[in-house]
Amino acid sequence: MRFVIGLPFLWLGIFFLLPCLLVLAISLGTYAPDSVPPVELGFSFKSFALLFSDDLYLAAWLSSLRIAATSTLVALLLGYPMAYAIARAAPNRRPLLLMLVVLPFWTSFLIRIYAWMGLLADNGLIEQFLRWSGLASNPGTILGTEWAVHLGIVYAYLPFMVLPLYATLEKLDDSLLEAAADLGAKPFAAFLTVTLPLSLPGIVAGCLLVFIPAVGEFVIPDLLGGTETLMIGKVLWDEFFTNGDWPLASAVAVCLLVLLVGPIALFQRNQARSLERRT
Amino acid sequence: MNSGPIVRIEGLTRRFGPIVAVDRVDLEIARGELFALLGGSGCGKTTLLRMLAGFETPDEGRLFIDGQDMTDVPPYRRPVNMMFQSYALFPHMDVAANVGYGLRRDGVKAPEIAARVAEILKLVHLQDHARRKPSQLSGGQRQRVALARALVKRPKLLLLDEPLAALDRKLRESTRFEMVRLQEQLGLTFVMVTHDQEEAMSMATRLAVMDAGRIAQIGTPHEVYEHPASRFVADFIGIANIIALEGGGWMALRPEKITLSAARPALPQTVAGRIVDVAYEGDRSLYHVETDAHGTMTVSTTNTSRAAGDAFARDQPVWLGWSDEAGQRLEA
Repeated sequence: MRFVIGLPFLWLGIFFLLPCLLVLAISLGTYAPDSVPPVELGFSFKSFALLFSDDLYLAAWLSSLRIAATSTLVALLLGYPMAYAIARAAPNRRPLLLMLVVLPFWTSFLIRIYAWMGLLADNGLIEQFLRWSGLASNPGTILGTEWAVHLGIVYAYLPFMVLPLYATLEKLDDSLLEAAADLGAKPFAAFLTVTLPLSLPGIVAGCLLVFIPAVGEFVIPDLLGGTETLMIGKVLWDEFFTNGDWPLASAVAVCLLVLLVGPIALFQRNQARSLERRT
Repeated sequence: MNSGPIVRIEGLTRRFGPIVAVDRVDLEIARGELFALLGGSGCGKTTLLRMLAGFETPDEGRLFIDGQDMTDVPPYRRPVNMMFQSYALFPHMDVAANVGYGLRRDGVKAPEIAARVAEILKLVHLQDHARRKPSQLSGGQRQRVALARALVKRPKLLLLDEPLAALDRKLRESTRFEMVRLQEQLGLTFVMVTHDQEEAMSMATRLAVMDAGRIAQIGTPHEVYEHPASRFVADFIGIANIIALEGGGWMALRPEKITLSAARPALPQTVAGRIVDVAYEGDRSLYHVETDAHGTMTVSTTNTSRAAGDAFARDQPVWLGWSDEAGQRLEA
């Protein structure tokens, strides 16, 4: 019995906690370009000090938070109607609609982002279409802008918004909406006073599931954002692979984790609460 | 104010695919009535109630409330409120917010809402629970919140879908009297759906027995019980011995209209039999008596004496007797 309970903890300890401690240890070491790995373990806050002294890192932080927040909002505005429509669809059609939502997962994430590169590139399909249709005669390149990064994040994380929203909306008791209508609420008022507040746990879960990974996202800004977009995940990647400064990259990672502890704790509390409510 | 019937239904029909849930129903309900729609599951009573509320649109026929055609009016514009079988209380609002919901939708000013909510909560004895959430209330308290929420807008018509079904037996009986008291006190018209004939009989001023989407009989509880119009009604309401008459037709004979005795009674109608089953219910006893003339008949006796020796035993030969007026002749 104790073994069964202990096994997941052992797993998490070896494959999650230990690497985290390793990263923390490296972040406290000093950069040693000539050794392999390029780090000399110790107890120095030099890398952290550098993080706070150079404006680049603060700017990258803020722009990551901003891009993640706006992308989350857009995903919510797109995902809510989708989840609502699926939850209101005939029960026998719901599995198909849900499958369409998760269908993109059948293809590798990386390949899908590469596909967007092709679509958004100079003379790519989208630009050609805009020119051909006359919607914009000289649309300019979308690839390499923050627009492309937003688009990529919303596209990649939309299912994570739709699924928890669907789960709460699907549980909504129809008789509550009938009661609202019976008491004089027009459809939109019933939505605002009954559907929306009761789907709040799904909204919180969906937003956090998009926001948390989006803050640390590096593939999308790297491939779609070009040099113009500053995001902390990309900075981390550059420090690690381009500059080879392991301690600094680890310090960025530690700060990223600390910053996301708040939203993650919020997510956990939200999940625990809606579990309680169900019982 | 219009003095005609509060509800007038003409040829109302609702189909679900091939099933006709409500089949050309005509009905008039007068002001101040406590009207019950009674029937088994699938008889169409709930669909009829939902058409009154506006949740179902009739396929045919017209529906008038207080003289106005409401056939195509959406639920939020009808002068009607409903108490749901599941109560459908908003789980994220406390009792006061639930009860005040309808008033807020109508744009009533906050002080007036507070006053009217307090007044109606007092009426249902929940004034001390205004800040509780529905999940913190007992079943009986939730039922009263649902009732208060439906009453607070003073609807011309209050619809109740199985209002007592979710309560336990003891509470159900006291709530029955409570609801009749409220209905008389407020002078409202109640239309209630129930599958429980005892509930319908004890509460309603008039009731409609429904069967397969049609109304089998409308009348006062007394009329429906003592003068059932058909074998279906006689059998559905209470217990009835249906006896085939010579020369066609049937007669419905209630168990309490029959006397049970060891010797042949001096009554116009008598039949000999043998007791096959006894069900002792405390206040009364039910006997199944095997007779030669009419098969197995059900007879009841009131247990007015506390002595145990008065009762009849199984296998005992007995006589049944009744007067000529005891039964109701049925054609169908």
